[in-house]
Amino acid sequence: MVANINPAQVPQTRKLAVSDTEVAIEIINMNKWYGDFHVLRDINLKVMNGERIVVCGPSGSGKSTMIRCINRLEEHQTGRIMVDGKELTNDLKKIDEVRREVGMVFQHFNLFPHLTILENCTLAPIWVRKMPRKDAEEIAMQYLARVRIPEQAHKYPGQLSGGQQQRVAIARALCMNPRIMLFDEPTSALDPEMIKEVLETMVDLAESGMTMICVTHEMGFARQVANRVIFMDQGQIIEQNTPVEFFENPQHERTKLFLSQILH
Amino acid sequence: MSEHVSAYVSQRELPRLPAPRSEAGLIATLRKNLFATPYDSVVTIVLGIFVVWLAWNLIEWGILTAVFTGANREACVPAEGQVIGACWAFVNAKMGQFIYGLYPVAERWRIDLVHLLLVVFAVPLAIPSVPWKRLNALLLFAVYPIVALVLMTGGDFGIGGGWISFLFAIAAFVAIAVAGTSLQVSERYVRIATWLATAAIIVLFASNIVRSESFRVLGFEFTALSLVSTLLAFGSVAASVAASVTNNQRLKVLVAPVVMLAVILFLSADFGLREVPTHLWGGLSLTLVVAITGIAASLPLGILLALGRRSHLPAIKLLSIIFIEFWRGVPLITVLFMSAFMIPLLLPDGVTFNNLLRALIGVALFSAAYLAEVIRGGLQAIQKGQFEGAQALGLSYWQMMRFIIMPQALKLVIPGIVNSFISMFKDTSLVYIIGLADLLGTVRRGFADPAWITPSTAATGLVFAGFVYWVFCFGMSRYSQFIERRLETGHRR
Repeated sequence: MVANINPAQVPQTRKLAVSDTEVAIEIINMNKWYGDFHVLRDINLKVMNGERIVVCGPSGSGKSTMIRCINRLEEHQTGRIMVDGKELTNDLKKIDEVRREVGMVFQHFNLFPHLTILENCTLAPIWVRKMPRKDAEEIAMQYLARVRIPEQAHKYPGQLSGGQQQRVAIARALCMNPRIMLFDEPTSALDPEMIKEVLETMVDLAESGMTMICVTHEMGFARQVANRVIFMDQGQIIEQNTPVEFFENPQHERTKLFLSQILH
Repeated sequence: MSEHVSAYVSQRELPRLPAPRSEAGLIATLRKNLFATPYDSVVTIVLGIFVVWLAWNLIEWGILTAVFTGANREACVPAEGQVIGACWAFVNAKMGQFIYGLYPVAERWRIDLVHLLLVVFAVPLAIPSVPWKRLNALLLFAVYPIVALVLMTGGDFGIGGGWISFLFAIAAFVAIAVAGTSLQVSERYVRIATWLATAAIIVLFASNIVRSESFRVLGFEFTALSLVSTLLAFGSVAASVAASVTNNQRLKVLVAPVVMLAVILFLSADFGLREVPTHLWGGLSLTLVVAITGIAASLPLGILLALGRRSHLPAIKLLSIIFIEFWRGVPLITVLFMSAFMIPLLLPDGVTFNNLLRALIGVALFSAAYLAEVIRGGLQAIQKGQFEGAQALGLSYWQMMRFIIMPQALKLVIPGIVNSFISMFKDTSLVYIIGLADLLGTVRRGFADPAWITPSTAATGLVFAGFVYWVFCFGMSRYSQFIERRLETGHRR
């Protein structure tokens, strides 16, 4: 694990307004099983608008599964998940409504290899948001410029480096103008050199006030932008705190062990 | 020494030198590929001799000792001590039959026109650089089949109430689907439209069981129930229109029913063309009819079946599995025989099928089952991340399949799909079994003709038929490779 921004050196970014009344995501007593295996145990989490949360923990602790439940890529069995006031149930219409408002960035980018970068970014706005093609392309170019790769718009994903692909994936999610962004280990599949460019994009996004939940091992990023760090182990949230408290004064034995291993 | 080598650093830019003679040029290529070792040289020489021998025999049979002209078998019967190869005079004399079958000579221009239109519509569509792809595809896939049908049969179909209500019920379902895609739509009216369209189908099936007097409405033959069914379908369309909010949306909803109406009017119109019953069709034109309708119908059906088999809905999955395993488990000959007897039992009243149409359906369903499995193979090769990426963007199931999954899956299995098409193209010769004379059938009928019985007629006819099949299949194969290479660019760095 490469923690490429040293948390000790990074100053905390300026405090951004976090709403104390508007709830973006609320998870209540949520449980999930894979067959007999209890992967998520009694998860409770409330995320306010504008909050930036980093989820960390050892592999297999259920971090990814938890955030994948938020846009129903995984189904939960008991408990409730409310996203933007809509409860996730089997109702396909509700699920689609939630997915329109929640952008997701994956570990392996999941760009569509048969479409150009621009087409990757405009497909959903055109077909899901029913936006005219011209407007969609204009917006896509704005976001591609924001992640600093507008010149790659007409290439295919296979022609780009990993870091560039991940930035396209972020731009693609942003093109849907989501209210919440989920990041599922966005830098884990990248070379050290490329981690930085992706993290910079994410910091930029955080500073614009986007509600974000990031599963990541980049502790420097957590220190720099998160309002809250959540530590998960064996399918449970066992500690959550502000980054400063979390890193300097971890409460749980498991957290201390994890931090000692990750911040050599 | 080794230390010295490992520490070597180039001091200046070294010039690029031409490759040594053993690496480039004609002689080098020959040596590398054909005479690299003594064993290679022996194999090269033996195979070379075989190829020359084979080519010489073919040339001798097909050209040097062949007969090119002649009015009947006299020309091709060898005199004492004479060797006669291919009897091309036979192919020449029978060419009309090989292409048109028993289609009346005076009407053959209609077949020519159908073939010409096919080339005019299909070739530009197949060439990537030609513009207007959308219009072109519309002409080829929507307009052409109906025009070709009218041209080949003569049109003026006595379309009965059963057919009309069946077609309008389909149009009603399409209208519902179109209305449903809009974000703002009256759910209540959509539900009413769905109920009415379903009722239309049920009444249509009832009309198949309950016999009743038929009467004419607007020149069309209706039974009481088929009229009710048609009216229900109309009602459903009206409800779909009522469900839409904007005028633009209403127009879109009306497209399918209006097109269906135009099709019905076009098919029942009298263009003054003489009717040519399908039992007179034959030869290459029949082969093309069976093969092209088979390809055109089996690909979409195969896609739906492949999706159905991977569906999470148990009923759809089960039905798809049963369908696929049933059609894959029986020989095509059995399918053709069964289609002649079973399909009429399953259809509503007033809907009649002739022998050819049954064969077409049999071939299409048979081939769809094979294609479904090929396409399923492609679907399985698509990584889970592609599905998740599409879902996370809020794409619906059908949007995800249409824009993300299918383009990639189909591209992966182009070789398999074309393999199926080629094998189906050749399997069309089995329609001979149920009394239809396709290309191979007319050739076989040709050499049963007493006027052309000679020792070499059969061989010549079969070589000719084989060559024609080969040309079409090879063409498909080459085109598919072209498309593969063209689509490949997306991945290459």
